[in-house]
Amino acid sequence: MSEHVLETKSLGIDFGGLTAVNNLNIYVDAHEIVGLIGPNGAGKTTVFNLLTKVYEPSRGAIYLDGEDIKKLDTVGVNKSGIARTFQNIRLFSNMSVIDNVKVAMNNESNYSFFDSLLHDLKYFNEEKSIEEKALKLLDIFDLKNEKDTLAGSLPYGAQRRLEIARALATSPKVLLLDEPAAGMNPQETEELMNTIRFVRENFDVCILLIEHDMSLVMGICQRIYVLNYGMLLAKGSPDEIKNNKEVIAAYLGE
Amino acid sequence: MKNFIDILFGKKNIKRTISFAIVILAYVIITVLTNTIRVSRLFSSILVPVCCYIVLALSLNLCVGFSGELSLGHAGFMAVGGFTAIVVSGILSYSIPNTIIRLLIAIIAGGLVSGLFGLVISIPVLKLSGDYLAIVTLAFGQIIKSIINNVYLGYDAQGIHFSFVTNTIELAEGGRMLLLGPMGSVDVEKISSFTAGFILILFVLFVIYTLIGSKNGRAITAARDNRIAAESIGINITKTKTLAFVVSAVLAGMGGALYALNNTSLQPSKFDFNTSISILVYVVFGGLGNITGTIIATSILYVLPELLRSLQDYRMLIYSVVLIAIMLITNNTYLGQVIQKVKLIFMKKGDSHE
Repeated sequence: MSEHVLETKSLGIDFGGLTAVNNLNIYVDAHEIVGLIGPNGAGKTTVFNLLTKVYEPSRGAIYLDGEDIKKLDTVGVNKSGIARTFQNIRLFSNMSVIDNVKVAMNNESNYSFFDSLLHDLKYFNEEKSIEEKALKLLDIFDLKNEKDTLAGSLPYGAQRRLEIARALATSPKVLLLDEPAAGMNPQETEELMNTIRFVRENFDVCILLIEHDMSLVMGICQRIYVLNYGMLLAKGSPDEIKNNKEVIAAYLGE
Repeated sequence: MKNFIDILFGKKNIKRTISFAIVILAYVIITVLTNTIRVSRLFSSILVPVCCYIVLALSLNLCVGFSGELSLGHAGFMAVGGFTAIVVSGILSYSIPNTIIRLLIAIIAGGLVSGLFGLVISIPVLKLSGDYLAIVTLAFGQIIKSIINNVYLGYDAQGIHFSFVTNTIELAEGGRMLLLGPMGSVDVEKISSFTAGFILILFVLFVIYTLIGSKNGRAITAARDNRIAAESIGINITKTKTLAFVVSAVLAGMGGALYALNNTSLQPSKFDFNTSISILVYVVFGGLGNITGTIIATSILYVLPELLRSLQDYRMLIYSVVLIAIMLITNNTYLGQVIQKVKLIFMKKGDSHE
């Protein structure tokens, strides 16, 4: 069918009488970084919640690698290859940093409870490979030195990075980042941009990100979708969006 | 060698080592004491129950502390395990005269049947959470008690006889009644021992530490810490919580089995709401998710009322005052700061060694 990794077709959802998202057609191709921007309350996070099946769409369809994900729930969507981060950070705050990443690789290892009770070879080997992979990921996100700290006691910026590392640990095809730079200072944002670029180049993943920080969006996205009142207002390259009169009007008012 | 030291004293495993060390040390000291000096009868009679309640508290801590599901029906699992063990031990008393093997089989059977109950109950229960879950598990405990109150079970050469509500069993010569409704079980052969309790605690510690160190344990704590995030990384919440609940039920059943086979008679009314609450008190005082703390708290809080037995009427008064005192002391912010400072000093020392 289509060659897009992720595609929505006339996607929409109503909450009672309120239409939060309507007739949304977007796609993300392999190795692309795509931005989703819009004023507050435009429905950006709702789109993420639809893509990860936190909400069931009222209309339309979502295709992952050409397959309709209609029947899947949140867990199933992740297993088939969509991982996300959250606008208000949701880490496992009472677990260590490395365990936050390790737990995301649970579906990768298939030893059973009895394997772990017997401490057999399968258990040891899989635990070892998980540990190695987790350390590699932590290294990329500059968290290796804090691997035994509780996730909840990390500074804000590090928590954001850990959330991305955790999402990546599920080996997704599509990574959804919900305001990854929120609360970061310009220097941290710069570092985050480099990390996102590194991820795109070194992992087999495409990225859809929501962000208010325009320097980040314009700096790393190849294409941008602009959402307003749940509808697509504009789409195009960063330069096209910058000069789009409707977009400027939506952001700054008439 | 370095590897070996890391397994015992590495940052991740030190807690486990401490738990095992405390249990083994306590066992050695108590064994030496009972063999050298004459200890009071009271002292030797509470050894096995303490072991049982430690097992129960550890199993409840898995459910409440690690999985975050408040269960008020653990005495129910204890009862299921206990009476299963009595029946199994009673039936096998002729075919397996060796008490150690029979005890082992009875404990395993108690655990398995209790686990089966846990599995059946977890289907409706784990769809609920918080207060609702607590209420359903509380009801479960009461239902189990009432059911056992009405079960009559006998055993003779022809096999097992069973009746419900009224006793209609007529046994052949040489047969024995194992369950007598509200009277429970009488003439139970006492085959539990302190050593068996010690080994059971070690086994339970092993199971719990293995579970929480494995991928299943990580999933259990993740589902507790943040349900939405856990789902977003592909963790099946129901499956995870069920595993924790069933393992907890199995361990509780084993503890109950050991407890039941330590008494010559046992009534279902023993496993009432108060027992469930006592176990919860041990867990809360030991610290949710704190295994060593649970062991210590259970030992102290179980032994204390027994020691105060001579004071009769004032017993529960003193017990509750002690509970309140512990609560105030452990929640004292100033004391907390002091402990934090001591911890920091020790941590710094540890770092300089490396």
